[in-house]
Amino acid sequence: MSTLSIRAITCLGLLLPACGGEQSPALTGAGATFPNPLYAKWFDAYARKTGVRINYQAIGSGGGIRQFTEGTVDFGATDGPMTDQQIAAVHGNVMHVPTVLGAVVVTYNLPALGTTPLRFDGFMLAEIFMGRVTKWNDRRIAGLNPGVALPDQDILVVHRSDGSGTTFIFTDYLSKVSPAWKTTVGSATSVEWPTGLGGKGNEGVTQQVKQSVGAIGYVELAYALANHMPVALLRNAAGNLIEPSLKAVTGAAASAKLSPETDFRVSITNAPGPEAYPISSFTWLLIHRQGTDTTKERQIRDFLHWMLEPEAQRMAADLEYAPLPVPLIELVQQRLGS
Amino acid sequence: MATATRAEAPPPPRSAAGPPPLERTSHGDRVFKLILTLGAAAIPVLLAFLVVELWTGARLAVAKFGLGFVTSSVWDPVAEQFGAFPLIFGTLISSVIALLIAVPLSLGVAIYLTEFAPKALRQPVAFLIGLLAAIPSVVYGLWGIFVLIPILRKSVFPLLRDGLGFLPFFQGPIYGPSMLAAGVILAIMVMPYIMSVSREVLLAVPNTQREASLALGATRWEAVITTVVPYARSGIFGAVILGLGRALGETMAVTMLIGNRHEVAASLFAPGYTMAAAIANEFSEAVGDMHLSALAYVAFLLFAVTVLVNAGARLLIWRVARGSGAGSNAL
Repeated sequence: MSTLSIRAITCLGLLLPACGGEQSPALTGAGATFPNPLYAKWFDAYARKTGVRINYQAIGSGGGIRQFTEGTVDFGATDGPMTDQQIAAVHGNVMHVPTVLGAVVVTYNLPALGTTPLRFDGFMLAEIFMGRVTKWNDRRIAGLNPGVALPDQDILVVHRSDGSGTTFIFTDYLSKVSPAWKTTVGSATSVEWPTGLGGKGNEGVTQQVKQSVGAIGYVELAYALANHMPVALLRNAAGNLIEPSLKAVTGAAASAKLSPETDFRVSITNAPGPEAYPISSFTWLLIHRQGTDTTKERQIRDFLHWMLEPEAQRMAADLEYAPLPVPLIELVQQRLGS
Repeated sequence: MATATRAEAPPPPRSAAGPPPLERTSHGDRVFKLILTLGAAAIPVLLAFLVVELWTGARLAVAKFGLGFVTSSVWDPVAEQFGAFPLIFGTLISSVIALLIAVPLSLGVAIYLTEFAPKALRQPVAFLIGLLAAIPSVVYGLWGIFVLIPILRKSVFPLLRDGLGFLPFFQGPIYGPSMLAAGVILAIMVMPYIMSVSREVLLAVPNTQREASLALGATRWEAVITTVVPYARSGIFGAVILGLGRALGETMAVTMLIGNRHEVAASLFAPGYTMAAAIANEFSEAVGDMHLSALAYVAFLLFAVTVLVNAGARLLIWRVARGSGAGSNAL
């Protein structure tokens, strides 16, 4: 909202580390909360190795783009790519660098099913989240789940109440698979939900789903894996039923056709690969194409090269983030230059 | 008081000491006064900054939606159509529910502690209630999700629906997170404030009032109702306003329990939304300028609602306070 207060907050963030005795000035970044645990680990490991300290504030993708645009941080981070309009605002001086992959899974609470996983296709999900299918034993759900005894129970939709990259990825997917969703709801970090309850954060959605029999919601893959939640299998664009996993998410990125000139602002939801998990997405760092402060630009690029090495990408998998596929890493390395 | 004494006393001898003590100023005093004046001036300046900042932040949305923003119920960030009516409605209703529950309870506790409780119990209980005020609101929110909502959904809400289901307020499906759940958690959160202040006010009622009432043949109960509480009423109003102010602005616990739905529903079992919750939820990830501006507009309206409610309450106190003694100073 206000340039003034954002600056004030940033300055505070800049001042604090400066209090603790000085070697090199730290790089500052701000943005997405979703990859924050991984970024924290990466920046820490990188500081130990090279002495270059990177100070990252997880203030949300919207704030990351804003601060990057205003030049109050050295780099931004976002779960949703900048729009053409936003890129015009920085005169095109921005490069999206994919760092890792995230995915969104569909979770539900139907104790009657035991451990049998539910199966959905994208269109069905859109119908449910639009409130057009309201009963679990609807014959269209049953058609996707032959042999599963679905209860005569109302469906309770649970969505995120806070603006989030998770919602962006999920609604981006639904917009691709359901024309009705695209025209009536659309995709954004927060949308006008036709039905259901809003829970704050992954934990809010999870609690609401856990406490209400008949509920269905969506959360980040990493969160669902860490909390052993029931997750639905999804039919992907190639027609295969895919269980969400890091491998299937990386597979989605590998199957997305990227032209050598790509600016990496690509949506990989509903990716074409036979093993691709359909609700997957990149998360990006935003850096300048041409920076004014050459030392800092050099440092950022050095970090990005380190981040693309197998060691750092392995750290991602340890924290349940899907690593980038190898051909893509090579493409990014090439684009960053040496 | 000092001036009064001085007026009556013979003028103090004007010796080497110069003017009387209260009129004497030294260099240090002047510096001290300047610092205090600056401190006091900082508050209105800060307030003015706040209003200006909110207004400039909101001007895009103000230009586009005008006053229709207050009455519209659409909240569609994709189409950039915004309206705050469900938010204003939710803020007011959840606070009213909170006061309906919290005021009788906290007043009862305050009266009990000042008039009826054994001496040994008074301090410890008052201390424990004060502790409730120190709990962070996110902890209330978590407790609400894990403890309060399951209890409400399993026992209280069905009971209300069975007993009072003929009223539109207690109809429809029960999810758990709802306007009523938010009202209950708010009631618990504002109780310590209302209780502590009313207790102080009741303690300030002079004992002669109680004695006079008892001497006229009133029972303890009658003395409390006819004498002590009326004597303290303006202070008690002040306590309620303090609680209301807190309920209107409370964010975290409410957003965790209210269900966050942009909708106006008659049923208290239905999810709702408040202004503070919407800002907290959407601000960090709001990308579009219009979305941000709409949130700033909501913030401005929240500010306006708070000022209006407080002004109205002050007016009420002012009218009630004429003729009552204790506690009018507590404001």
